Amino acid sequence: MNISTPVLYAIGAIFGLLILATILVWWIGKNKPGDASDELMLRIKSWWFMIGVFTIAMVIDRAISTIFLGFISYLALKEFFSLIPTRRIDRLVLLFAYLCVPIQFYWAHIGWYGMFVIFIPVWMFLFLPMVMVLQGQTEGFLRAVGTVSWGLMMTVFTLSHTAMLLAEGDLSNGIAAGAGLLLFLVFMTQFNDVAQFTWGKLTGKHAIVPSVSPKKTWEGFIGGAISTAILAAFVGPYLTIMPWLWSAAAGAMIAVSGFIGDVNMSAVKRDLQVKDSGGLIPGHGGILDRVDSLTYAAPVFLHFFYYFFIGGRA
Amino acid sequence: MIRLLRLGFFALIVRPVLLLILGTNIRNRKRLPTTGPAIIIANHNSHLDTLALMSMLPLADLPKLTPVAAVDYFGQGAFGWFAKHIIGILPIDRSGKTPRKNLLDGAIAALDEGKILILFPEGTRGEPERIATYKKGVAHLVKARPEVPVTPVFMHGLGKALPRGTYLFVPFTCDVFVGESWTYRGDVNAFMERLEERMSGLAARGNFPAWE
Repeated sequence: MNISTPVLYAIGAIFGLLILATILVWWIGKNKPGDASDELMLRIKSWWFMIGVFTIAMVIDRAISTIFLGFISYLALKEFFSLIPTRRIDRLVLLFAYLCVPIQFYWAHIGWYGMFVIFIPVWMFLFLPMVMVLQGQTEGFLRAVGTVSWGLMMTVFTLSHTAMLLAEGDLSNGIAAGAGLLLFLVFMTQFNDVAQFTWGKLTGKHAIVPSVSPKKTWEGFIGGAISTAILAAFVGPYLTIMPWLWSAAAGAMIAVSGFIGDVNMSAVKRDLQVKDSGGLIPGHGGILDRVDSLTYAAPVFLHFFYYFFIGGRA
Repeated sequence: MIRLLRLGFFALIVRPVLLLILGTNIRNRKRLPTTGPAIIIANHNSHLDTLALMSMLPLADLPKLTPVAAVDYFGQGAFGWFAKHIIGILPIDRSGKTPRKNLLDGAIAALDEGKILILFPEGTRGEPERIATYKKGVAHLVKARPEVPVTPVFMHGLGKALPRGTYLFVPFTCDVFVGESWTYRGDVNAFMERLEERMSGLAARGNFPAWE
């Protein structure tokens, strides 16, 4: 048990919120049975699952947490490779891409920042096309190299920032440590998803990018971002070393980048003509649908924190 | 002892690997038969097909599950022993030595014992993710035991993960579509038509990315 008091209380608060939400949705379902409440119940069940696994991983050990995060990243990569058109000849390249997952998360775990930030964008960016070109099939080469590299960046590189938050946070995030930073990021990202959805449902009129995501509105986006920033101002000083104003700014950045990550994945799914990216978690589509906001929010938040609170201080 | 080995192999190796590394996405799992005698018919893309299908049913049903496979392919060596005892295949002799009318005796006997047979009527893994023509043996089997329900299963993805002719395993999500079961009526040709119709119907429900 190496978990700090603020993180423990925060996890307790999240459990409290979930219990409240479960009762609320159960009550709605009892009074107004229908698809909407069934869908909400499935979502809540998934959150229970996620917070359960998350808590177990965080309470036991950082290495376990990193392995857990790496596994999520692996599932996202696998889902992506299963969704996109691939060439038979690239099976070896895909295998190398999968092997990047443990390596990248290992760099994060040992906190080797320099290697962590260049391994996929530089080394794998150069290495995978090399393997591909040596196989000798030029037909579809550009598409294959583009989709594989992008998928690796989007699912492994970006999501590995969550593990880096744990490692960096242990060194520089005071008493709440890495777990506090990660919890702040994940909770704010999830809260922002719900807040944008709720604001959109209640007040949404003007779509932002109707051709990609018709239900995403300016009202939902702005309402969600403000709600997230306000909550972050209260939660941030508790879970991180950031003062309240910085925490609010971080919350707003998480909200904006989370939104971009969300519509980004929606565009991919539209292009591939799929609705849900998979079926791992009930009511939550696939794993890519769950981590879409994090693919943007995780790197943005890590580098925000790194620049202003680690790099700036060093 | 061998039964325990078989249980251990499926419970500790096959199921965890399929669940964690590969990941299967099963639509209408409830349509799968849980009591024998029953027949499951699936398309064949990979060695993993059999293992994946066997993992979709409850572990308690493992003793009932009997995949049917060609005896010549697996041979007599360690591979053959493994296929026969651990996977639990029911061998069919394709060589022509067994008289034609006795070919299905073993399968019919297994059905009479209440087993759940798994059949791949394409006869070969063939070109990955492409359906070859179905062999009629299955229809003759069902004709002999017309009361046995037949459940069609269409699988996609395993042929990409481990296609024929390679040992390089590359993870891909496996999509599985279970169709409604039916029983033999009419004649062999009518049964085959029905089978092809059901399988292509299931295949059409997937939206599979290109794989060239």
